Amino acid sequence: MAHNVEKDDVTGIETTGHEWDGIKELNNPLPRWWLWTFYACIIWAVGYWVVYPTWPLISSHTKGMIGYSSRQDVVDKIAEAKAAQAQYLDRIEVASLADIRADTELLNFSLAGGKSAFAVNCSQCHGQGAQGFVGYPNLNDDDWIWGGTPEEISATIHYGIRSAHDDTRYSVMPAFGKDGLLERQQINQVVEYVLKISGQEHDEATASEGQTVFAEQCSSCHGDTGQGLHDLGAPRLSDAIWLYGGDRQALRETVTNARFGVMPDWTNRLDEATIKQLAIYVHSLGGGE
Amino acid sequence: MDQASQAASQANVSSANVETIDVDAVNKKEERSLYKARVKIYPKRAKGVFRKLKWLVMAATLAVYYLAPWIRWDRGPNAPDQAILIDFPARRFYFFFIEIWPEEVYYLTGLLIIAALGLFLVTSLAGRVWCGYTCPQTVWTDLFIWVERLVEGDRSARIRLDKAPLSVNKIARKTTKHVLWILIGMATGGAWIFYFADAPTLLVDLFTFQAPIVAYSTVAILAGCTYVFGGMMREQVCTYMCPWPRIQGALVDEESLIVSYKDDRGEQRAPFRKNMDWDTRGDCIDCNQCVAVCPMGIDIRDGQQLECIHCALCIDACDEVMTRINRPLNLISYDTYVNHERRAAGQPEQKPRIFRARTVIYAALIAIVGLIMLAALITRSTLDINILHDRNPLFVKLSDGGIRNGYTIKILNKQHEIRRFEIAIEGLENALISVVGQEGTSGLTVPADRLAQFRVFVSVPAANAPDGREDFNFVVTDLADGNRAINDTVFRGPEQ
Repeated sequence: MAHNVEKDDVTGIETTGHEWDGIKELNNPLPRWWLWTFYACIIWAVGYWVVYPTWPLISSHTKGMIGYSSRQDVVDKIAEAKAAQAQYLDRIEVASLADIRADTELLNFSLAGGKSAFAVNCSQCHGQGAQGFVGYPNLNDDDWIWGGTPEEISATIHYGIRSAHDDTRYSVMPAFGKDGLLERQQINQVVEYVLKISGQEHDEATASEGQTVFAEQCSSCHGDTGQGLHDLGAPRLSDAIWLYGGDRQALRETVTNARFGVMPDWTNRLDEATIKQLAIYVHSLGGGE
Repeated sequence: MDQASQAASQANVSSANVETIDVDAVNKKEERSLYKARVKIYPKRAKGVFRKLKWLVMAATLAVYYLAPWIRWDRGPNAPDQAILIDFPARRFYFFFIEIWPEEVYYLTGLLIIAALGLFLVTSLAGRVWCGYTCPQTVWTDLFIWVERLVEGDRSARIRLDKAPLSVNKIARKTTKHVLWILIGMATGGAWIFYFADAPTLLVDLFTFQAPIVAYSTVAILAGCTYVFGGMMREQVCTYMCPWPRIQGALVDEESLIVSYKDDRGEQRAPFRKNMDWDTRGDCIDCNQCVAVCPMGIDIRDGQQLECIHCALCIDACDEVMTRINRPLNLISYDTYVNHERRAAGQPEQKPRIFRARTVIYAALIAIVGLIMLAALITRSTLDINILHDRNPLFVKLSDGGIRNGYTIKILNKQHEIRRFEIAIEGLENALISVVGQEGTSGLTVPADRLAQFRVFVSVPAANAPDGREDFNFVVTDLADGNRAINDTVFRGPEQ
């Protein structure tokens, strides 16, 4: 090019001709390899636009030549995982709970699958560790209202408690105080008796009066000694575990107003294999019968 | 040497027939700039003590590298019999009698600390010994230059060949050289992968194209790196890529033995002339032999330089010249700065002090780390227990009022045979223990060289339930040899 190239006196390097307040810019071009790598990246990017989905359009986006879609990638991967699980799930679907538990492979698969299904579907009420809350049973302990065998747990999951399902499990405890079935004094007496049979501090005289009330009003469901009855969903009262609290205050509240917890039925929400895995997982938590 | 050549070399001494080479140190001080295209270096062959030493070190290091994976070491039927093996799929590292599991990688940390301190010690004693003799970059570059010299001849022949127009001879020589270099590169990469799998099996697989793709790609990448680093980049790797030269400047001191030019003796340098008076001039006859042999392209007479890898080839070159002109040796030699200063002040030289604060501290640290590692290795247990206490729920109240805690217990069996263990509890009153899926507590079977995981429930009656927490131990006993592992953990209960 025919222009005057000015050289810097000190370094002997060409200047670009740009000058600011007497400071001149030296012409030190980028290394060639750097520049060529940069150009190669630009060409690569153009190729990428053509081959892959890249540009957003108003209602869609360019699709690219090879039909790649990251969403489809996920769908494929999920299908792949499902196919890999199928060999176990197909067997679990048809096997009985006892057979599954006898087969180490199926048992381990069920425990893992059940844990994952529990976290998604059950932990909202029962807690991440199935530890329960007031009104939501702890599934780790050895006290079961509707029974703690794998089959009974499975039935509870299938039909729920007081759910919309026709075969749902339903227990009705009368609201003794609210509906006027028992006098306040009688309620105090029976509460004192329940405190006695569950091994807590109580007033002996009041409790012995409460025994009569218990025999008349409560024992038909909860049993003569308060041992409970799985078939009716009547909780055991002679132990240390209380769904709604076992102190005097909580018991009085329960006898007065009754309690009705609800668990949804899962028959139409989860498939058979998942329910089986859940039953086995819950049974394994430590309290299974 | 026969009679005739002996006579000839005698004659050389008197006539001092030393060739003065027209060579410019391409990396000499005045020519260094921040950005500059590389000027090719043609190192001349050196002969002498240090060159021989370098050949020996090269032979030894290459032999270790190529042969180590082939050494066998019997570990019994359930373990590999390769002495040095990094088994990624099984997550084991074998080194002769040592076997390391992933969580014991701190042994490697200890090894690296010792290696680093070892480098510090050697560097403070004798400068960049690592760079000059044993660094893979140096060893392989030396090997590549040797091949180059074999195919294309020594320095002047190589310069001539590069300047010559394209000819059949030139193409043949260049092709031969590059083919040999690539073969060496492939052998280098090929040997590397044997450290990661059973070497004899992998060798057969490699040549019958049965080996995994990662083996071939590793060979290819390492072959490429070796070819480029040893053949093309050479001294640039040391000067521009390696951080070690920068670090080493801080590791030498005035008592370190460093390859240096005795300018007090060599200057004023002047070309050799017959019958001149050595008293009025220096011993350096400016023959540039030291520059011609330098693989880094520097002039050692410029003083200490970052580029210098202390390979000592200039010492060999200069000593050869000094012998010929009948002057004392060691114009270039391993020398300390202290002696340099003493000579300048007219004092006699002193022996370099090996025991000084810096070296003693390094040596002591090496000994301490070494002893710690040795102790750790000797007391290494072949039985390890990891205990995870359930976090959610922390504890479970049972219907009889008792408290139950759940634990996941992992037993690591580091022996190469199946072992059966019994689990028991120490320090928790009236506790009952049960293992999920097992009858009793004495049937915990762990396969050879494996980890097994067990769910364990511990429950105590209401009367013994701790207030908040109580510490206790799990005791795992090997039923065969009574070997015990005791691990402390915690039992949680409601705060009363």
